[in-house]
Amino acid sequence: MATKGKVKGIISNLVTVGVDGPVAQNEICYISLGNVRLMAEVLKVNGDDVFVQVFESTRGLKVGNEVEFTGHMLEVTLGPGMLSRNYDGLQNDLDKLTGVFLKRGEYNFPLDNEKLWDFKPLAQVGDKVEAASWLGEVDENSQPHKIMVPFVMEGVYTVKSVAAAGQYTINDTIAVITDSDGNDHNINMIQKWPVKKAINVHTEKPRPFRLLETGVRTIDTANPIVEGGTGFIPGPFGTGKTVLQHAISKQADANIVIMAACGERANEVVEIFVEFPELEDPHTGRKLMERTIIIANTSNMPVASREASVYTAMTIAEYYRAMGLKVLLMADSTSRWAQALREMSNRMEELPGQDAFPMDLSAIIGAFYSRAGYVYLKNGATGSITFIGTVSPAGGNLKEPVTEGTKKVARCFYALEQNRADRKRYPAVNPIDSYSKYIEYPEFEEYIKTKIEGDWIGMVNQMKTLLLRGKEVQEQINILGDDGVPVDYHVTFWKSEVIDFVILQQDAFDKIDAVCPLERQEFMLKLVMDICNTDYEFDTFLDVIDYFKRIINVCKQMNYSEFHSEKFEQHLAALKTLLAEREA
Amino acid sequence: MTKAFQKIYTKITNITKATCSLKASGVGNDELATVNGKLAQVVRIMGDDVTLQVFGGTEGIPTNAEVIFLGKAPSLKVSDQLAGRFFNALGEPIDGGPEIEGEEIEIGGPSVNPVRRKQPSELIATGIAGIDLNNTLVSGQKIPFFADPDQPYNQVMANVALRAEADKIILGGMGLTNDDYLYFKNVFNNAGVLDRIVSFVNTTENPPVERLLIPDMALTAAEYFAVEKNQKVLVLLTDMTSYADALAIVSNRMDQIPSKDSMPGSLYSDLAKIYEKAVQFPAGGSITIIAVTTLSGGDITHAIPDNTGYITEGQLFLRRDSDVGKVIVDPFRSLSRLKQLVAGKKTREDHAQVMNAAVRLYADAANAKTKLENGFDLTNYDERALDFAKDYSEQLLAIDVNIDTTQMLDVAWSLFGTHFKPEEVNIKQELVEKYWKK
Repeated sequence: MATKGKVKGIISNLVTVGVDGPVAQNEICYISLGNVRLMAEVLKVNGDDVFVQVFESTRGLKVGNEVEFTGHMLEVTLGPGMLSRNYDGLQNDLDKLTGVFLKRGEYNFPLDNEKLWDFKPLAQVGDKVEAASWLGEVDENSQPHKIMVPFVMEGVYTVKSVAAAGQYTINDTIAVITDSDGNDHNINMIQKWPVKKAINVHTEKPRPFRLLETGVRTIDTANPIVEGGTGFIPGPFGTGKTVLQHAISKQADANIVIMAACGERANEVVEIFVEFPELEDPHTGRKLMERTIIIANTSNMPVASREASVYTAMTIAEYYRAMGLKVLLMADSTSRWAQALREMSNRMEELPGQDAFPMDLSAIIGAFYSRAGYVYLKNGATGSITFIGTVSPAGGNLKEPVTEGTKKVARCFYALEQNRADRKRYPAVNPIDSYSKYIEYPEFEEYIKTKIEGDWIGMVNQMKTLLLRGKEVQEQINILGDDGVPVDYHVTFWKSEVIDFVILQQDAFDKIDAVCPLERQEFMLKLVMDICNTDYEFDTFLDVIDYFKRIINVCKQMNYSEFHSEKFEQHLAALKTLLAEREA
Repeated sequence: MTKAFQKIYTKITNITKATCSLKASGVGNDELATVNGKLAQVVRIMGDDVTLQVFGGTEGIPTNAEVIFLGKAPSLKVSDQLAGRFFNALGEPIDGGPEIEGEEIEIGGPSVNPVRRKQPSELIATGIAGIDLNNTLVSGQKIPFFADPDQPYNQVMANVALRAEADKIILGGMGLTNDDYLYFKNVFNNAGVLDRIVSFVNTTENPPVERLLIPDMALTAAEYFAVEKNQKVLVLLTDMTSYADALAIVSNRMDQIPSKDSMPGSLYSDLAKIYEKAVQFPAGGSITIIAVTTLSGGDITHAIPDNTGYITEGQLFLRRDSDVGKVIVDPFRSLSRLKQLVAGKKTREDHAQVMNAAVRLYADAANAKTKLENGFDLTNYDERALDFAKDYSEQLLAIDVNIDTTQMLDVAWSLFGTHFKPEEVNIKQELVEKYWKK
């Protein structure tokens, strides 16, 4: 029989419940308040007193209200039909909710019970299967959505029967499998999984090495992220975190994109709702919304489900990864999630760590990031979850617990800088402070050689050295004045400006410049590095400035033109003439 | 307001500066109570121990004070009668008029389902070029002024309110000085727009904890007009720093562990709950929030402006420009995140390009100024940029400007024509051909 309890105390959304039976840590319970039932999660147990965080407003809750425990942790429901959906942090389908305002205690089923799916069997009668084995496949927005043996099933089973190809709903039995004791289990297209537990159905998790193309030059060229990699974007407000994140999610070469809007502005989510059904995936030409799942738990929605939202998103990502798909997961922003943890820890009167965050914050962040990765599945296929989180550091100061905790675990760091944003140098990723650890992986170097001829990594490193040199020279010029340094210094500085303006800066609002395919990035970097490796002769620094401004202008026109179009070639020719003018 | 069956408690066990506790049963979370007539709200229940936050402060409350629970959360009676009236933080009239009749609504109600929101798309014209040209406001937006306490933000806000074509203007005054309160009252009165205004005011003379109710009161009234009447509502909240300070006082009295700058750990969520009420409803109504966050020593990394910046859709900075002796809207630090939804769409095609060019040239002038201050020689271009900056500041950025956006664009083009050559402004050729003033 399910454990029951009664409310004993209330502080904001932390409720103490006296219970009459066993409860588990993180177990879900429902608190009755009039005719609504409020969902809550167990955070701490102390004797018969259970502390639960309520995912809703607790207004009007009284001592003595009835509580019913469910016997399971917070779960998501997995099955075909999640793509293109807008869920809240607890996986309620927001479009199915009635009314303009959210109603307390209104929960719904996240999938479509009626829809018929075109099912194709993959397993054969007699096959030995285990958790996550592919039994069949349906077409979900052109993605091969695998129907798998539920992840919770332990041991080896034998396939007794598989449904014939045809149309089925998610509730129809599509296979019967028999366990070692001879018991039959009917499998349909739905399964459940607790969000706080990682889905581990792979044989191996190697170091990731395949470039995940994002079409953003400052990422792909300078600090690439890989399929199954992890990265984070910290930045003060107004530095373009959201624009960069939207750009990545629009353009990245992934099969599935999951966006967890965690405690951020509602109007930004509305922008996705409005744009994504219209915009096309640059890799497949299909509408972006078809490959996207949005988990919207905006800043005014209940705080506790903010924490749940990132786990919900990650679990859905793991489900699609187990089908052998490339998943990109974006969370904006992980700081809001950390703040939700802080609020609860504070109410439970735990001893605080730095900035009043819970002591185990960095362990929680670490465990979460480690759920991403590139994996080999048991059937030999591969899948990946690339995770990019944004961090909103308080006061723009990167020495705060969330940034530091994330820095330890994320392998790519894209530091957004106020100064660059003020000067409208977008994306405002600081090229010197940012890094990608993957670029140092020999596996990555080997992989990129199959994509780009020549010493690509050597060239990228040379570019970074030049940027650093340019910055040093600029500081000297600022101190000594334009006339106080040799003309050569100006040349060095302006070469670094060419890299900045042509490679690093990119117009996210220009149709052509917004997406830069790898082939084009290769072409432009080679072009720019040729310019930088050339010696020039000038009489005065004014000539230097004037000359390089012209070079930048022509190169920018190239960035705005269709690759290898007539216009592009004209600008290229103009650039060649300009270069011939000055070569020493 | 005592009803026959209500139980009266008379034994308070614990009193702090903002809260008191007693033994009571059957009490709901967030429920209102009166403590010797002073309004209070339940903030913590532990068994039969109930803690109340006393809005009026606990000065003079004895341990045998009469405590009566009202069985409801803070609420406001809403109807068209609200228009033209002034209320205190508890929603009681302070203008000598009668009580409002209408439906009683709990304040701090639920959030809008994000999928039901419309994307904001209507321009709010203020006549101030520093706003309309460079940082265009859109209905359904939330944006604060980040201002030093000595800056004329209340005047600018009053001007914005009067010029914006809003159906209703709701003023939420927190820790307003009595002088500023009277200023708002006079301005609205003299402009003859009192019937469009609803005010909820907590002055520095009122207890600080009462302030916590002001934003929710103002926004509950706003939601009534925006949802029930499909009106365009503009909400003015001044000053949100006073609100956050009051939050800090209460959380401190409740022994909560403070986070950055002694602010409660929940500051982000608390502020977001208010600002996210800004919305464009599908049926046409909208709530736009213009707030003031006063800074201490111009420090925007302090927890209050910092958290605000992450929540709001941009921010506006005022600055005194010593070159022209006027207060201007700072074009560098100000930002409206929603401006691209209207610039060039609801305004003339050249809006975005002209705005960017002018700010870029103004930045060139700032560089020239630094050069000058450091004793380096100025080029002819530098000199011209400086002249441009002066005119730009005086004719467009100053807060006393009042023209429409088309005029603003024309002024900008004529300034470009006076000081620069077409190739120096970096504007698309076809626009230059169309608008360049010879």
